[in-house]
Amino acid sequence: MTIDWAVVTMAIPLLAQGALTSLKIAALAGILGLAGGVALGLISLGGPAPARLVVRGYVDFIRGTPLLIQIFIVFFGLPMLGWRPGEFISGVLALSLNSAAYVAEVVRGAVGSVERGQSEAAKSIGMTRGQILVHVLLPQAIRPMTPALTNDLITLVKNTSLLSVISVYELTRSGQAIIASHFVPLEIFALLALYYYVIISCLAYVSRQLERRLPAW
Amino acid sequence: MVSTALHAPAPPLAVPAAPLLSVRSLRKSYGAREILKGISFDLARGETLVLIGPSGSGKTTVLRCLNHLETPSGGEIRLAGESVGGEPGPDGRWRPLGEAALARQRRRFGFVFQRFNLFPHLSALDNVTIGPRRTLGLSRAEAEARAKAQLARVSLAEHMHKRPSQLSGGQQQRVAIARALAMEPELILFDEPTSALDPELVHEVLDVMRGLAREGLTMIVVTHEMRFARQVADRLIVMEDGAIVEEGVPEAIFTDPSDPRTRRFLTHVLDR
Repeated sequence: MTIDWAVVTMAIPLLAQGALTSLKIAALAGILGLAGGVALGLISLGGPAPARLVVRGYVDFIRGTPLLIQIFIVFFGLPMLGWRPGEFISGVLALSLNSAAYVAEVVRGAVGSVERGQSEAAKSIGMTRGQILVHVLLPQAIRPMTPALTNDLITLVKNTSLLSVISVYELTRSGQAIIASHFVPLEIFALLALYYYVIISCLAYVSRQLERRLPAW
Repeated sequence: MVSTALHAPAPPLAVPAAPLLSVRSLRKSYGAREILKGISFDLARGETLVLIGPSGSGKTTVLRCLNHLETPSGGEIRLAGESVGGEPGPDGRWRPLGEAALARQRRRFGFVFQRFNLFPHLSALDNVTIGPRRTLGLSRAEAEARAKAQLARVSLAEHMHKRPSQLSGGQQQRVAIARALAMEPELILFDEPTSALDPELVHEVLDVMRGLAREGLTMIVVTHEMRFARQVADRLIVMEDGAIVEEGVPEAIFTDPSDPRTRRFLTHVLDR
C-alpha cells in the first residue's frame, strides 16, 4: 500500500478550514446547550410540576432517539414551521437541543447530590426554592459537574461530524469533498481522525486544568 | 417595706402575657411510626426552654416541626398568634401556606444545626450576609454591617474572611449562630449544637449561648449537656418516646424529678 502524500499535503490546510467550522459549531452549540441545559436542569429540580414533566419528557425523547434522526427532524422541520435558517443554523440548533438534554441530566444529578443540610440551612434563613438553587446548590455543584460536562462537550465535538449529512461544510464534510475529487478515502479519513483526536485532546487537557483550579471545599 | 408599698401605684394584675410561641398537640408520624404523640407547650418572650431526654425521644423532630423543616402530621403551632405553616380553612381542612409565605415565616425562627450546615463555598461573612441580603432585602452594605456586628458578638470578627473549612468546629458553629442572629429572628432553635464538636470546643459554643440567654434572646435548646441545661434553662422539658414526661424549672427536675422515667434518664446521663 502506498500513501498519496501529495494529496495529504494538499488536504491539510483544506481540512483546517473545515475544522474551524466544526469548532465554531461546537462552541455555539456548547454555549446554547449549556445555557439550555442548566435552565432545564433547574426546572426539573425546582420548577412547577407540569414544567418538570415537560422537561422529563424532553430529556427522555432526546436520549431515546438517535442524534442523526434529530438532525433531520430539525433540518426538515424548521422550514415546515416557516423558517429556513439554512443548514449551518439548523445544525447548530439540532446539536444544542441534543446537548441541552444531556447537560440537564448532569445538572440535576450534581445539584441533587449536594448534601441535604445545605437546603435545610437555606430554608431556615427563609430562602425560597429558587434562591436555594441559585445561591446555595448550583455554586456547590459546579466542580462535581465539570468532568461530566467535559464528556458532554467532547461528545458534542464528535457529533458535529454528523452535520455532514445536511451538507454543513464542517471537518468531515470537507474531507468527504476531497475524497470525492481525489479518491483517497483512507488517507483522508485517517487525517480526519487525527484532526478530531487533536481537538479533543486539547479540550480534555483544558478541562483537567480547569478542574484542578476550581475551588474544592 | 409596707409604707412604700402603700404609696406605690397598684401593681398590675398578674395577667400572663400571651406566649410568643404556643404549641398544641403537635404530632408527627413517618408512615405507621409515630415520632411525636401530641406535644404541647408555651414559650414566653425572652425565655430559654431546654429539651432533654434519651436519643430518639423526638426532641429534634419537635424543633424541625416548629419551623416546618418537617411538616407536622397534626396539631397547631402559633408564633405571636399567627398559625405556622398554614391554617384550617372554613371547611376545617388544613390549608398549607404557599412556598413564599412559608419562607417568610421561617425567617422569624432561627435554626442552629447539629452539623452547622454552613455554606462551604462562602466566607464566614458571606454565610451571615446571605440571609439578610437575599431574604430580607437589605443592601449589601447594610447586610454586611449587620453580619459583622453578629460575627463580633460571637467573637469571630477576625475570622470573617475565612471559609468554613478553614475554621474549627466550634468556630463554625459560632458562625452558624451569627447567621441565625443576623436574621433578627423572634426566637432561635438550637438542635444539639455541641453534639458534633470535639469535647474541648464545646465550651466556646455554650459560652456564646449562655451570653445570648442572658441578653434575653428567646431560645429553645435541644441538648445533652446537662450542666448547661441546669444553668441556663428557665424551664426544662423532659421527653421520652414522643411525649413530654415532665416539665418545670431545672432545679426541681434535677433535684427531685417526679416522673420515674425522668429519674431513670437523669441517673443515666449524670452517671457518665
